[in-house]
Amino acid sequence: MFGFANKASEEKASWSARLKAGLARTRAALGGGLGALLGRRKVDEALFEELEAALLTADCGVEATQALIEGLRARARKERLEDGEALKGALKQALLELVAPLERALEAARTRPFVIMVAGVNGSGKTTSIGKLAKWLQSQGLSVLLAAGDTFRAAAREQLAAWGERNGVPVIGQAGGDPGAVVFDAIGAALARRIDVVIADTAGRLPTQLHLMEEIKKVKRVAAKALPGAPHEVLLVLDANTGQNALAQVKAFDEALGLTGIVLTKLDGTAKGGVVCAIARQRPVPLRFVGVGEGIDDLRPFAARDFVEALVD
Amino acid sequence: MLDNLTARLTRIAKTLRGEARLTESNIQDALREVRVALLEADCALPVVKDFVAAVKAYALGEEVIGSLTPGQALVGVVHRELTRLMGEANVGLDLAAQPPAVILMAGLQGSGKTTSAGKLARLIAAGKKKVLVVSCDVYRPAAIEQLKTVASQAGVDFLPSAPQDEPLEIARRALEHARTRYYDVLLVDTAGRLAIDEAMMCEIAELHAALHPAETLFVVDAMQGQDAVNVARAFSQALPLTGVILTKLDGDARGGAALSVRHVTGKPIKFVGTGEKLDGLEPFHPERMASRILGMGDIVSLVEQARRGVDEQQAQALAEKVRRGRGFDLEDFKAQIQQMKSMGGLAALVDKLPAQLTGSINPAQLHDDRQMRRIEGIINSMTAQERARPELIKASRKRRIAAGAGVPVQEVNRLLNQFEQMQKMMKQMRKGGLARMMRAMKGALPGGR
Ligand SMILES: Nc1nc2c(ncn2[C@@H]2O[C@H](COP(=O)(O)OP(=O)(O)OP(=O)(O)O)[C@@H](O)[C@H]2O)c(=O)[nH]1
Ligand SMILES: Nc1nc2c(ncn2[C@@H]2O[C@H](COP(=O)(O)OP(=O)(O)O)[C@@H](O)[C@H]2O)c(=O)[nH]1
Ligand SMILES: [Mg+2]
Ligand SMILES: [Mg+2]
Repeated sequence: MFGFANKASEEKASWSARLKAGLARTRAALGGGLGALLGRRKVDEALFEELEAALLTADCGVEATQALIEGLRARARKERLEDGEALKGALKQALLELVAPLERALEAARTRPFVIMVAGVNGSGKTTSIGKLAKWLQSQGLSVLLAAGDTFRAAAREQLAAWGERNGVPVIGQAGGDPGAVVFDAIGAALARRIDVVIADTAGRLPTQLHLMEEIKKVKRVAAKALPGAPHEVLLVLDANTGQNALAQVKAFDEALGLTGIVLTKLDGTAKGGVVCAIARQRPVPLRFVGVGEGIDDLRPFAARDFVEALVD
Repeated sequence: MLDNLTARLTRIAKTLRGEARLTESNIQDALREVRVALLEADCALPVVKDFVAAVKAYALGEEVIGSLTPGQALVGVVHRELTRLMGEANVGLDLAAQPPAVILMAGLQGSGKTTSAGKLARLIAAGKKKVLVVSCDVYRPAAIEQLKTVASQAGVDFLPSAPQDEPLEIARRALEHARTRYYDVLLVDTAGRLAIDEAMMCEIAELHAALHPAETLFVVDAMQGQDAVNVARAFSQALPLTGVILTKLDGDARGGAALSVRHVTGKPIKFVGTGEKLDGLEPFHPERMASRILGMGDIVSLVEQARRGVDEQQAQALAEKVRRGRGFDLEDFKAQIQQMKSMGGLAALVDKLPAQLTGSINPAQLHDDRQMRRIEGIINSMTAQERARPELIKASRKRRIAAGAGVPVQEVNRLLNQFEQMQKMMKQMRKGGLARMMRAMKGALPGGR
């Protein structure tokens, strides 16, 4: 439509060659980490650009990255920061100020039964996180019951049942069936057995699937019917591999359910989960836990300082 | 936040009208916007940098045709290049091997391997082939059970395996089983793994060596961020990949990971996943993907073109484009809705369009995000066939779709009406009435000449 589509093929080779070279460069940069980049270097434009690149490649997003870098420039000017180390320190501090408010522990002992509902997109790690969370809660001296509210995905109930077995905790579920009914039953069972915490699994869903967003709202309403005040915690499970869509996920699930916490999974990989910076700016829902592996012990309460260190190093 | 690229460019392009050639200075701002748009779509930074540099190199010195602004001309270059880089449309599976042709699935945890295996099995079995599936995922609880269920849904045979088996043993046994029982295709599901998990990457390389797959498919989540570039590189170094499946495109992620993966692996994106059910697998359309990543739909760009005042010659070119494209179907309509969602400004724009163009589209509704989501929900509840041929949708289908989307049947009717209007508008354009319409519109539009 713009009339000059012909030149393209001739230059194909050069473009891919250029791309390869570019990738090799970033690989080197990534391998060395920011620590190696900065050292005693003078504060100059190139240095800011490298910091910017580090934030962008960690999925911080354009808006949050620009705000952080602008703040850093102002500070470097005002405080006459001289070398790379000082600049990096200032960046870490800014990041920490940004994400520290998200560090708020889950208090599951404040009422009984404490009902936790777990939501998120497909494959983010909900069921696995529930398995780990059950272990963590038991280690706090709390008894746990799981509700197999994912009645859609093939073998979802069996997957949760396996985690129940590993933890030695009961799992309430029914073949097929309605997720609301499962959660209702589970809360009833917890009341009868005087169990401290109920964790309800749900099927993964994308916020574009309106009927499924309605369905999960209903699950929440049913929980409240079974026990006034429930659910006491609504956790969104986010995959650290996710890019800027994570922010849209937080907003959509928050609007549908009123989130009280986030679990960020798969931080044991190479993805840094920098989108948390954008979340902290735009929809600061507390980040309760991070997932660092597929094993039962691979769950950690979110520690802002550690997160920032990993993001910048 | 997901500002539409075209909208962004409109802002800067205004000042640049009337220049004859693309120069370093008149495309600088536009290039910056392209960079931002690609980054917000999650294309990996190094890929973006080099892409922008390459586009700049092409664009410099290009003639600015007709009344296009340099910014517009640049979008053209960007869109064309991005489409080209996305690769071929519709590259199917190559199963022309000595049977059983093996397909090996690989990817990160939760990317959609098992579901995609089920979808592929169903597709291949529909082509009258005898398909066997087997799971080498001995790690994730109930992973084998999941594949078993999926296989029965797909109507294909499932070879049992157990968590205490060795993945390599399972693979060898499955191959032997498939050979002796004359299966045409053996689909092998594997556990999700991190690219930095050396033992697990070794394992899948061994599986590959034992199975000699005809297809080794890398399954990527369309929501993946910057790290896609590193993960794809690691997988393609460990395995000779033959293709990519991009899953969860039914979401609203822009899907920039597709560009990252495509560029690191150089392999074709063979299918996209568009739903959790087994019919949610579709061929890949490079041009749609490029538009999605850039955040510009066809209609959106048409409207933008109109707004900036297009002369007759380009109007013809646009009409030509519409004519060449397949018929405008509900899938396109959905894509448009998705684009619109990311640009609130469109409501205001539609407002200004003459009524015969917009038909029953109510701008207030367009502005309403929930309404758009509802429309998407309805379209998502349709089968691929219904999306392509909306005339199939009669009363009983309407009821099913309404139930699936959780809306009253009237909503489905309303959507179909809107779609019909939109289709009429496209048809009018196809008949070459566009130039006339554009002329009529110019007076009504801000910024038109
Ligand atoms: N909406 C949508 N969901 C999908 C799509 N593909 C897969 N899923 C869902 O994503 C989740 C993960 O899919 P799986 O097929 O189990 O992924 P996997 O890669 O096998 O996961 P692991 O074996 O756990 O690593 C499930 O809830 C699927 O239903 C898709 O195209 N669209
Ligand atoms: N490496 C890693 N894998 C994880 C983590 N959390 C979950 N997973 C894996 O991600 C995949 C999807 O997890 P699952 O709990 O089934 O997700 P759900 O669909 O949201 O319930 C599984 O293969 C899990 O083993 C984590 O923190 N690290
Ligand atoms: Mg699950
Ligand atoms: Mg799987």
